[in-house]
Amino acid sequence: MSTPLIEVANICLKQQQRTLLNNISFKLEEGEIVTLIGPNGAGKTTLVRIILGLIKADSGTCHQRKGLRIGYMPQKLHIEPTFPLTVEGFLKLNGRHSRNDIENTLSRVGVSHLLTQRLQKLSGGETQRVLLARALLQKPQLLVLDEPVQGVDINGQREFYQLIQSIRTGQGCAVLMISHDLHLVMAATDRVICLNQHICCSGHPDDVSNHPAYLELFGDNQQEFALYTHHHDHDHNIDGKVVKCGGDHA
Amino acid sequence: MLDFLLPALLAGVGVAIVAGPLGSFIVWRRMAYFGDTLAHSALLGVSLGFLFDLPLNLAVVICCLTLALLLVSLQRKKLIATDTLLGILAHSTLSLGLVTVSFMDNVRIDLMAYLFGDLLAVGLQDLLWIYIGGTGVIITLVILWRPLLAITVHEELAKVEGLAVDWIRLVLMLLIALVIAVAMKIVGVLLITSLMIIPAATAQRVSNSPEQMAIKASLIGTVAVMLGLAFSYVADTPTGPSVVVCAAALFLITLVLPSSRAVA
Repeated sequence: MSTPLIEVANICLKQQQRTLLNNISFKLEEGEIVTLIGPNGAGKTTLVRIILGLIKADSGTCHQRKGLRIGYMPQKLHIEPTFPLTVEGFLKLNGRHSRNDIENTLSRVGVSHLLTQRLQKLSGGETQRVLLARALLQKPQLLVLDEPVQGVDINGQREFYQLIQSIRTGQGCAVLMISHDLHLVMAATDRVICLNQHICCSGHPDDVSNHPAYLELFGDNQQEFALYTHHHDHDHNIDGKVVKCGGDHA
Repeated sequence: MLDFLLPALLAGVGVAIVAGPLGSFIVWRRMAYFGDTLAHSALLGVSLGFLFDLPLNLAVVICCLTLALLLVSLQRKKLIATDTLLGILAHSTLSLGLVTVSFMDNVRIDLMAYLFGDLLAVGLQDLLWIYIGGTGVIITLVILWRPLLAITVHEELAKVEGLAVDWIRLVLMLLIALVIAVAMKIVGVLLITSLMIIPAATAQRVSNSPEQMAIKASLIGTVAVMLGLAFSYVADTPTGPSVVVCAAALFLITLVLPSSRAVA
């Protein structure tokens, strides 16, 4: 077996006497889609920032496979209004990409018409696509997405998940994604990790596309979504099929 | 008349050219106060230069670079908010410089020349500093242009993509410190930041890419220097402030022009 892309072991982080992460260990294998969920303040973004090498954990190890190319899509992009930058200029910042490469990547994410637009003029959804294009130009083996569908309506989410899945199929890259929604994750997710300072549970999201409540909510033929059911020690329980949980619920 | 104005003109133009791109970074990264702080510390450099009998240009460069390093390291420790830190350092170094000067009875320093600049007193040695230093700054900027833009747009993204963000940021700080130290002679401690910021802010209104903005800022700065020098010659006004007034006037003109920010 090949070495995992990412291997974190026993990660702990405290900030001002508050435990943010407690003994986190998991591996991310090639081509795998992993969704990280958890309530607000669970430490999802913090964990991803440790994996990306942006902050250091107090203890524990985080190994990246040697030469791993990561495409990172941050949650937000704030560009100073005084910065005269077009989409093309923005995409050229991380390497010498040919015009052709840039145009292909933009049309891949469905925003080829934005090439000469000012970054500051893009809508939220457009900015997100452009950020994804920049991540893809890295020819990543791992795509890290920080709440990619935040503030996107349900149809937009479906389109985005379709896109991510086709990118995974086409490029074979692994995907690590933070989801802001506890119950709605991408159907193509191989593994859901539920975080609340520690890893509460992890496993395959159930195939619930036939669940009556799901069908009622979104209609038929919505294979991009799946419901991931939760069993916590607190009040997040909902009815539905149960995903196998780790026995470590404190 | 030409003999008299030529060194001043060459010095001013040299400074304006390097100030353009660096001023753009100051505007993009909202570092105006950082520039001011470094400029204020230059006066401390002048007085230390007199005190230890060092070449003034060298003393100022060393002082500015040291302060830039100090700022970067203090900023990383996050003891206090950055603007508070800058406020403390800016005014304490300026005051320290002024106090040190007052102790030296045996040397007479034309304080006004350092505070507001004395373009007409530029000598051959200053010109050498400006053009050798300036060439070094421009070469560094050309080599590091793309990484510098990348860390300005999104530092974390740049870091994940494998750039040595901390080092690149430090290089930018040092370049700014170097230019401020060298430019001090031209417009003085109190006015240097304006020579960097005003042309960049002017250029921003008529530019469609960072490269355009940097080059146009250099050109606008050059024009401001020429106009200011001419105005000062004709109307017998202090040169440094005249240059800044001309730069501000150019900025006002672009304010009334229709903005070209929209890209087709």
